[in-house]
Amino acid sequence: MEATIPQTKRNKIHPKKFALWIACASMAMMFAAFTSAYIVRQAAGNWLEFRLPNLFYYSTATIILSSITLHASYYFFNRNNTVLYRGLLLVTLILGLSFLVLQYQGWEALNAIGVELTTNPSGSFVYVISGVHAAHILGGLGALILAVIHAFILPHKVTEARQLRFELTYNFWHFLGLLWIYLLLFFTLQ
Amino acid sequence: MASVTVQPKTTDDILIEELGYDDHFHEHHHGDKYQSGFISKYVFSMDHKMIAKQFLITGMFWAVIGALMSLVFRLQLGFPQEDMAWIKPILGQWITVNDAGIGSLDPNFYYALVTMHGTILVFFVLTAGLSGTFSNLLIPLQLGARDMASPMLNMMSYWFFFLSGLIMFFSLFLSTGPFSGGWTAYPPLSALPQASSGSGAGMTLWTFSLVFFVVSVLLGGINYITTVLNLRTQGMSLWRMPLTIWTFFVTAILGLLSFPVLVSAFFLMICDRELGTSFYLSEIFIGGEALDHVGGSPILYQHLFWFLGHPEVYIIILPAMGIVSEVLSVHSRKPIFGYKAMVYSVLAIGFLAFIVWAHHMFMSGVNPFISNFFVLFTLIIAVPSAVKVFNWITTLYGGNIRFTVPALFGIGFVSLFISGGLTGIFLGNSAIDIFMHDTYFVVAHFHIVMGVAAFFGMYAGVYHWFPKMYGRFMNATLGKIHFWGTLIGAYAIFWPMHYLGMAGVPRRYYKFDTFDSFSHFADMNKFITVAAVIVFALQVLMIINFFYSIWFGKKVESKNPWKANTLEWTTPINPGHGNWEGNIPTVQRWAYDYGKDGKDYIPQHIPLQEGETESHG
Repeated sequence: MEATIPQTKRNKIHPKKFALWIACASMAMMFAAFTSAYIVRQAAGNWLEFRLPNLFYYSTATIILSSITLHASYYFFNRNNTVLYRGLLLVTLILGLSFLVLQYQGWEALNAIGVELTTNPSGSFVYVISGVHAAHILGGLGALILAVIHAFILPHKVTEARQLRFELTYNFWHFLGLLWIYLLLFFTLQ
Repeated sequence: MASVTVQPKTTDDILIEELGYDDHFHEHHHGDKYQSGFISKYVFSMDHKMIAKQFLITGMFWAVIGALMSLVFRLQLGFPQEDMAWIKPILGQWITVNDAGIGSLDPNFYYALVTMHGTILVFFVLTAGLSGTFSNLLIPLQLGARDMASPMLNMMSYWFFFLSGLIMFFSLFLSTGPFSGGWTAYPPLSALPQASSGSGAGMTLWTFSLVFFVVSVLLGGINYITTVLNLRTQGMSLWRMPLTIWTFFVTAILGLLSFPVLVSAFFLMICDRELGTSFYLSEIFIGGEALDHVGGSPILYQHLFWFLGHPEVYIIILPAMGIVSEVLSVHSRKPIFGYKAMVYSVLAIGFLAFIVWAHHMFMSGVNPFISNFFVLFTLIIAVPSAVKVFNWITTLYGGNIRFTVPALFGIGFVSLFISGGLTGIFLGNSAIDIFMHDTYFVVAHFHIVMGVAAFFGMYAGVYHWFPKMYGRFMNATLGKIHFWGTLIGAYAIFWPMHYLGMAGVPRRYYKFDTFDSFSHFADMNKFITVAAVIVFALQVLMIINFFYSIWFGKKVESKNPWKANTLEWTTPINPGHGNWEGNIPTVQRWAYDYGKDGKDYIPQHIPLQEGETESHG
């Protein structure tokens, strides 16, 4: 009887990956709310204009680079190149940590030009939005640290479960990178 | 096919075995992980059915707390002169007793009660208790899934809700009292700790509680959406899903898109409170002191809040609508009228929910020109809502209605939804809202349409699926007393409020004895309070019936006691983890084949007969 049932595979995408995308959508809504609030508040006047410190552009370059190295690491994971897989993953983690450091230095630079947290909402928004983004980066770094630990402890074996785990990690990390690029463009163009 | 109706049990089993598919579920040992010990079975359970019960019972606990609060402030409103010293043992310092021994409610605490009543009912009872319960129970069962996509996230969803409740409960016992600035928490009352006694620690705990609550909703919602889209059994196309699932699905999407915005709003608020930013606070002079805050906009908070707040009312009412659609169809032995129209209406309501938020702000100083658009979109919501109402009525029309308790509550829901919905058309007009806003007319409107109506939907669901949850029936006589008393009582409470509102009586006032124009409403307020006490007593009756029936109710004899079509009734009477003992049933038809081709009902797993065409509403 089994043979007569068409075993159609409907789950083109793994449920966990799908769940991650939905979660990303809800995070995106959170930042959409922040940036909408920014626009509404800006339109109300009493808005301090200032130039974003260059450090934020350096951090952007860092996070873009980290996404590239992470993807490259996955490429070499699938091709059983253990050295590059582990090495690039470690580089990604270091780049991710550097992103946070650069963001922090960016805040200090903002502070130095007189845009403190409470000076004017225009500056407060930059601190708060990049701060909440950094909190999400912490989550991403957690996933990366786990991936590094797995890479160095487990024997290098390409299995579906590990591929999925890796894909979840890089999907989230790419999302965080894209989110930051959106936020930076938003701050720059507004 | 006569044998199907004669011996449904055995034929069903054979059918599921033959047509169902083997997902190799029972080859693994899930038992240990899910229900070996007391802790993993009843406390940190990962089984969706147990989590549903946890949501329901926690929701009931909060419903009692929230309702008791409303009784206290109703006593104040109905009998402002009466001595309240007798509840001092419970409320402590919130009752002040004067030299003559007359106790009266502290006005600050009155506001705290109103705030907590709103917060608890909206979030803990009608969001977590309603959609948390039934989404968890029904999504896997009606879709033919073993469990949710992620049982782990599902368990965390409940425990974040529990943590959120714990924090809120703790805030009730603060010496400065819980938050008292209204459930909407508008700044500056919420943003300045010195603004009122509840704005300090009470507000801090309120915010934390709700942030955890949002985490719970998001974890739940991610699971619901993923399960609906990925784990349906074979043959269960979207257009064969029961309407319950459609509404839970759209509800989850609404929650997922709107609750994060609330977190953003809270986050900016926390920065204003703790770090001295000025997102919401403009130049303020308070307690003889000018604050440093400059240029913030309290309206900004209102926009962010209502961007959640309006979808939230649909998050509350949509699951109730889905439950009622299913219950009315089953108990009137007729297919739901206009199935596709129902689905499109739900989708339309879900979409419109996001573009009407400013109708809560007509009087907050938003541009009257912009208000016009919000009036328009708000009134358009009447169209899909009316479609749904017509379809419920036409489903009942000519049906062979069995007046069981769930059916009664379903019909009651339709009545309340019409009564409450019509007053929404008044309030949705910005011109009429100038007069009506912040009066008891508003209180009457939203209590009927999303408070009592949603409760009726929930009760319909509880009475209908109680046999699936506990393998026993709730007592029908007590259920009918509960229904008639609550229906009449709810109208007795909220109908007079329309007149209060039309006479201009403002909501949220502690007492009215300084207003001559409202003094003749004293008797009406007494009447409302007495009705509220009676209705509360009836809900206690329901709770007694609920818990009594869990252990002593009439046992369910057959798998499908209501003779319904959906898949949950093909599981064993007390389904274990994994829901189906053998194969998972496959779906061969839509969920509403009642009275088709001379047969009373044809469940979803029965194949189409030769020459039979598939029905599609």
